[in-house]
Order: sequence, then C-alpha cells, then structure tokens
Amino acid sequence: MPATVAQPAPDVVPVEGLALETRRALYETMVLSRVFETETERQYKAARIGGYCHLSSGQEATTVGVVHALQPEDLLVTGYRSHGFALAKGTPPEAVMAELFGREDGCAHGRGGSMHLLDVAHGYYGGWGIVAGQLPVATGLALALVRQGKQQAVVCELGDGAVNMGAWHESLNLAALWKLPVVFLVVNNEYGMGTAVERASAEPELWKRASAHRMHGERVDGDDLDAVIEAADRLLRAAREDRTPAVLEAVTYRYRGHSVADAGLAYRTKDEIAEHQTHDPIRRVRQQLREAGIAEAELEAIDQRADERVAAAVELAIASPEPQVERLAAGMHASGSAEQFERMRLGSAYGELALTFDAGLGA
Amino acid sequence: MSAVAERAQETQAASGATEVMTYREALRLALREEMARDERVFVMGEEVGVFEGAYKVTAGLMEEFGAERVRDTPIAEEGFVGAGVGAAMLGERPVVEIMTINFLLVAMDQVINHAAKIGAMFGGEVRCPLVIRTPNGAGNQLTAQHSQSFDQWFASTPGLKVVSPATPADAKGLLKAAIRDDDPVLVIENLPIYKQRGEVPLDPEFVVPIGLAQVLREGTDVTLVTHSYATVRALAAAEQLAERHGVSAEVVDLRSLRPLDVETVAASVAKTNRAVCVEEGWPTYGVTAELAARIQHACFDSLDAPVERVGMAEVPLPYAKNLELAAMPNDDRIIGAALATLGRTP
Repeated sequence: MPATVAQPAPDVVPVEGLALETRRALYETMVLSRVFETETERQYKAARIGGYCHLSSGQEATTVGVVHALQPEDLLVTGYRSHGFALAKGTPPEAVMAELFGREDGCAHGRGGSMHLLDVAHGYYGGWGIVAGQLPVATGLALALVRQGKQQAVVCELGDGAVNMGAWHESLNLAALWKLPVVFLVVNNEYGMGTAVERASAEPELWKRASAHRMHGERVDGDDLDAVIEAADRLLRAAREDRTPAVLEAVTYRYRGHSVADAGLAYRTKDEIAEHQTHDPIRRVRQQLREAGIAEAELEAIDQRADERVAAAVELAIASPEPQVERLAAGMHASGSAEQFERMRLGSAYGELALTFDAGLGA
Repeated sequence: MSAVAERAQETQAASGATEVMTYREALRLALREEMARDERVFVMGEEVGVFEGAYKVTAGLMEEFGAERVRDTPIAEEGFVGAGVGAAMLGERPVVEIMTINFLLVAMDQVINHAAKIGAMFGGEVRCPLVIRTPNGAGNQLTAQHSQSFDQWFASTPGLKVVSPATPADAKGLLKAAIRDDDPVLVIENLPIYKQRGEVPLDPEFVVPIGLAQVLREGTDVTLVTHSYATVRALAAAEQLAERHGVSAEVVDLRSLRPLDVETVAASVAKTNRAVCVEEGWPTYGVTAELAARIQHACFDSLDAPVERVGMAEVPLPYAKNLELAAMPNDDRIIGAALATLGRTP
C-alpha cells in the first residue's frame, strides 16, 4: 500500500535500508511480542491474569517499527493495547508479566495491570484506558519538551476508534496551533471493538482527518516493517527538528478479539482472519532474513530465545510477591501528603482509616 | 497540635506586613510571585493573556511574563486540561484556568480519569503537579448552566486535592500552596468573592497549608461549617444571630475540602454541641452530607441537636431574580437552621 500524502511531505532525508543486524534484532522483538501475547492469553485462561486484557498479535510490524524509529530520549504514550509497545521500548518482559499478574515487581507495582503499563526510565509515559484520553496528555508532554528546549518528540498511539472523539480533534488542533513535536500514530486494525472503521467513520481514510488542522497526514502499510520505519522515522525527525506534528495511520490487523473476553468472530469471519494471516508481518520479516542468508537454525534459535524469555517472565511473575495490603494507598499522593491528610481521619467511614490513612498514603 | 497546624503557625508568624486587596488581586499576586519564583510555573486557559482573563485574575501577567508563560488557548477544555496533565508529568507546573466550574465538566475525563489517577494507577512512578483554578458560584442571574457548584464531585475523588478559599489572604496562600504541591490540586474560587477585600500578607513565602481549616469567628452556641462563598454568608448570618437573636455562632471555614480538616470541625462542635453545615451547592450527596456524617461519628456524645444542612434548592437555577434569590442558601435560611438546632423558630 503506497503512502498517501495529504499535505506536502516534510523535507527530510529518508531512512537508510535496515542493516541485517537491525532487521534480525527487530525480528526478535516482534517474535517476543507475539510469544508474550500468546502466553498472556494462556495465563489469562488459567486465571492468573484478570481484568481487561487486549492483545496485539498481528500488529507487530507497526508496534516494533514505530518504536524503532524513536530515539532513546523520545517519549511514548499509548492506549490500552500496550504490551508490545512496552516490550519494544525496552521494558523487561518480567516487569510487564508481573504487572499483568498484579505483583509488586510489575512496572506499576501491580496497581495498573494490562492497560496501565509504564516505564518512565525508558520514556514510556503510560498505557491509558479511556479511548482518546491519552491524546491531550501526549500533547502536554510535547508542550513540556518545547518549554524545556529539548529536541525530542512524542509518539502518541491510538486506535481507529479514537478518531471520532472530541479529544482527538482538540489535541490535533493544539499540536498544530502550537507546533508541538508529536506524532499521532493511528493503529487502524480495521475494528474498534466490533465496529468496522467504515461503520464508525464517515471519512474512513483516517489520515485525511489531519488536513482539518493543516497537519501532515499519511497512511502506511502497518504490516510492512520497512515502510513503517521509513514513515515513522521521517515524521519523527520533522517533529524533533521542525516541531512539525503529524498523523501516521498504520493499517494492520489484530488476530485476536478486542480483548481476551471477545472471541472476535461476531463481526468478522474466520476466513477473513485467515486471509490476513497469509501475509503475517513476522513471517514477512522472517522470509527477508532467510533471503538475506540467515540460516534456518539461527531463526529457530531466535524463536527459542523468545520462548525462554517469556517463560522466565512467567516464572518471575509467579515468584513476585503480591503488593502489601498495608500499602494500599501507596503512590496516590506525593511524599509529605500524609501530613495534609492527618486531620481528616476523624469520623472516617468504618474500616477506611487503616485502608487509606494508614496504608502508605503519601509514602 | 498536628504538624500541619504547627507549620501554619510558623508561616503566619513569619508573614509580617499586609496590604488590603481584593480576592482577585490576591490570586494575581500569588500567580506573579510563583511565576517569578519558579520558571516551571506557567498559566494556560481561555482568554488569560490578551484579554487579561474573563474575570481579570491574570491581568498584566502576559505583559510581565510573555505569551509563552501566559498561554491563550482555544475553547477546548478537554484538550488544554489534558495538556496541563501531560506537561505536569514532565515536571512543569501548569496552572490551568477554567473560566467557570461549569465548563470543567467538558474536561471531566482529564481531571477524574487522568490527573487524579496518575499517582496511584502508575504505582507512584510518576507525579502530576497540576493546578486547575476555576470559580463556582451563583447570584448574577447566570441561570441553570452557569451558576453551579460541583465542589463535592471533585472532593469525593481520591487522588485529587481540592481547596476553596473564602478570603483574600487564603486566596493567595492556598493558590501558592497548590502550585507548590506535587499532586493535582483544584482551586475552587468564587465569582461573588472576587471583589471582596481583605488583609493579605505580602511575604512571598506566605503559604496556607492544605488540609487546615480555620475558625473565622468564635462562638459558643452553634457551629456554622462552611467553605467558599458560604463562609461569607455564614459570617453575615452569625452577625445577625448575635444582634437579633442573642445567639453566639462560631464559623469554621474549611478552606480545604480534600483533605478535609475534621479535627477543627469536631473541636468546635464539641464546644457548641450544635452544627449547621452550609454550602452553595446542592446538599443531597453534597459537602454538607459528608460533614454531617463525619460530625455525627466524631461528636456523637456532644451533639444536642441533629446536624442541620443548608444549600442550594434542588432545582436547576432559574433566571428570574426572585426565584434565584429564593433558591440560594441565603442568610435567612442559615439563621433559621441555626435557631432550629436551639429548638427555636425565627
């Protein structure tokens, strides 16, 4: 699928073709993400993971490609289909799996779960659970980068369902008006829950929405790793260097349901899913590596390594302690806040004292 | 004495010289001082710059600090409140002005689902030192959509802090405390109070601690528990109670709604044995409902009468002046409630 451009493309140098080593490393991350999601579903069915849990199998070229185009100091914000993004950004699989298990060693110490991963040290400012709610937040991160004089950019991931929210329009307008270094990555996996894009968006070519704000927009084949990297790299450079925001729509497909609770068949057919699997993004990259002379044994070793890393992550998640109930309120408020709440204890609801005021509030 | 009360005494003692100014000017002084003190502080909102603020709180600030730090926004509350959230997450100190609290409703998702959640939901890994300041209030025939007080909506949300100054001094001290706080703080101002005058400490280090109520008038017969404009009403009602009815009313101004200083309230009720809770908002499920629950629990043995509540009549506020006046928690209703706790009728 060729890139289609709404506004003249920013004048930047296209990315060089991927070095073999890089392609191999990205393949490994894509496989890790797929294996992680498969194992996550298994663990969910074994009742070790609860809550809402959204898998991204099938979307790996978009996830891994865009994160590869980020500089280490660039920031990432996502919606709730976020396991792959965290892994690609460098969050250890152990910290992600432990979070899904609700354990203390999770990246949010068991307070966030699947939808609220984060890893500030790697510039990942969160998985957010309200459709389009992360867009204004990402816009604000970009504003802070500008205020701080930093040449960094923000990638804000969202799904195709988010483009009909007011927060989308408000954020795009602010980003364009204030020239903020943010790339809005629309992961179009064809369905917002069970509603096909054409049934939700009067303009189903979502990238065109950017033009309403005089913003550059384009569409890329989200299952083509090289195309994703080329586009993301180009738009991120423009964001960093010229403070030019953009919309990048990556067209991909999710193999699993909206969440693990959705079989994903009420609104699409098995044949449709199977058809998409014939051009699986991971198999594509695997074939490229094969053609570049990587031995089958080495590819199998990579797959094997991903299996082992995920198995190790599960082991650590199982071994990690549950968060202490005595620390129920930990993190909610900044240090020093316990003092402010000290005079609120009187007349509290039954049981609330120990659960809130004595449970690490402000620690 | 609690640590927060001790700190309050120290800051009061250190504050020295004062000047009489309006609540509006006190807010402006707080903004100016904090912007001068800390480069991370910036102001953002509709008409805050060129127009100098819909209620002129930010007058002169753009001229002094520039358009980058006094940032006019489009009419897009959800967008720019969220931008404040994101900027705060990277260590900036945004002070977002919402023209009136009625318009904060369109940014509710960012306030409740985002700002309030960040600390706990992300396990304390990132903070959100955001300030939102906005006036509530009724009384100018602004009618149903522009006369509301939603204080309890925010004060019932864990993760937020909510303050509501009733005097010019507190307007300065609490706004400064909010800006210096590392958590999201909603500063609820009030339209009718903007023009009220009072002594304001000039010390740039004068800060009113969050979570500390204040006894604004001492009394022995009944405690009026109030915040925001209800405090102004209660002080006037207390005057009339003394003059016309020989009743000595104590007025406790909450100043902070979350955290709520129940200790000061309970200490006062333990002395007077009677409580009337007053708010500008609707009392059902309101701030006064919370107060009544706390008081009955904390002061069960000392209460001589049921806790009374006074608030807005539970209708969307009408336009006609006589209807608006009848609906509001006016002095007559506060006086009537106070007398009722004493078994008397007006």
